[in-house]
Amino acid sequence: MTTALSIRGVSHSFGARKALVDVNLDVASGQFCALLGLNGAGKTTLFSLITRLYDNVSGSIEVLGHDVRRQPVKALQHLGVVFQNRTVDADLSVLQNLTYHAALHGLSAAQGRERGMAELDRIGLADRANDKIRSLSGGQARRVEIARALVHRPALLLLDEPTIGLDVGSRQDIQDHVRRLMSEDGLGVLWATHLMDEVQDADQAVILHRGKVLASGTVETIVEHAGAPSIKDAFTGLTGQLVMEDVA
Amino acid sequence: MNDKASPHVTRALGPVEYYRCMAGIVWREGLRFVQQRGRFIAALVRPLVWLFIFAAGFRSVLGVSIIPPYSTYVLYEVYITPGLIGMIQLFNGMQSSLSMVYDREVGTMRSLLVSPFPRWFLLTSKLAGGVAVSIVQVYVFLLIAWFWEVEPPIAGYFALLPALVLSGLMLGSLGLMLSSVIKQLENFAGVMNFVIFPMFFLSSALYPLWRMKEASPLLYQICQLNPFTYAVELIRFAMYLKVDWFSLVTVATCTLVFLSLAVFAYNPSKGLIARRGGPGGAS
Repeated sequence: MTTALSIRGVSHSFGARKALVDVNLDVASGQFCALLGLNGAGKTTLFSLITRLYDNVSGSIEVLGHDVRRQPVKALQHLGVVFQNRTVDADLSVLQNLTYHAALHGLSAAQGRERGMAELDRIGLADRANDKIRSLSGGQARRVEIARALVHRPALLLLDEPTIGLDVGSRQDIQDHVRRLMSEDGLGVLWATHLMDEVQDADQAVILHRGKVLASGTVETIVEHAGAPSIKDAFTGLTGQLVMEDVA
Repeated sequence: MNDKASPHVTRALGPVEYYRCMAGIVWREGLRFVQQRGRFIAALVRPLVWLFIFAAGFRSVLGVSIIPPYSTYVLYEVYITPGLIGMIQLFNGMQSSLSMVYDREVGTMRSLLVSPFPRWFLLTSKLAGGVAVSIVQVYVFLLIAWFWEVEPPIAGYFALLPALVLSGLMLGSLGLMLSSVIKQLENFAGVMNFVIFPMFFLSSALYPLWRMKEASPLLYQICQLNPFTYAVELIRFAMYLKVDWFSLVTVATCTLVFLSLAVFAYNPSKGLIARRGGPGGAS
């Protein structure tokens, strides 16, 4: 099994504030890894380092074996990202957003349209291809962002709290779609969340708290090690913080 | 199209891919511009108000003697047209910086910067998009101005194009540089007061510099230090099929300096973005 993402000994500070301390993490191809942490745990900083919005100061981050800092051209090609904030252009149509993204990866307009339509078909929004993003619901716009992140066929998909602000039905749709992608495309998925009901027993999970990894492994083993009845209780026990209620 | 190859092949990004990327970014800027009709009208009305009202009022007050590149006395409208073209590009450059700050706040900047292409290339492409939009605005303005007795030689319209590209790049890269230091959208009012107005008024856009020299030697010195003066002069000379070499070199040099500083500011390891916590201010 190939390693889609490998993070070794990554630390990062903003001035005196340590945002991440010696973080290690692996995501294999076709694997779902949940990055569990409360707000301010360092999830978004870690995502910013993986996507090279700024450089990792120490340690290494590799996407499909390519170091993000030394070989950004190769590494970023294999990376699809769904950011926490909505990053699709509300004034453009769904398909225009996808072809724009395809161009950012050096694909032709024809390839962009073809792949864009194929991805829209998979999320059941092909009939909305020419509609403006602002006419879509929150859940639909999120699914378009996932479709967009896949247009250049990445090996690794990063999702930063992708279900925030969505209703229960939309959250489930997005979960199902991403899990289907893993089995169909062999996609490695790193899913950052603080909603514990989004992880399954067989998933890999990493608990990040105040910039440090407190536990990692399958959800089952983390729960077992912590001697807790559920991942939610294990999380509370490890971090000493209560988890927000998982109601949308 | 052989599109079904292994999905995880690392591709080399050659000139074709670079071209597609830049074309995509320029296309998006164009689309956004077309869809924001209000912005287009505002961009056009602003210089036209100056041409129709300000110039008409000052025509009798301000006499312009024969100065290069003009070979005869010219109407005041004719004199300020290059300055108003500069104004279109100045506003456009600043507006694109505003859109960068906006993009950063809403996050679309992030999706641009995650592209595998080098960051300097992405920023330059974004700049090229803004310049293309400003050039369309300029030619529509010139078309209307033609009916207002601003009639440079026909060949001047073509000779103007490279000058517009260069001046647009300079003002756009200035905007890009500013966008990296502006923290929030609200600060744009400050850009208006402290960048756009002083640059416009302390230049040769509205009055020849010799007139300024008579009025105040100090202001004259400031005008001579203002890069916008040279953008306006480059445009003015190009419209009359001449090259002002000093302006050309000054504008080209300023473009390089501003763009280098902007690329530095957006550099992931050195720039301001990294120190401040990323576009959008990551937690």
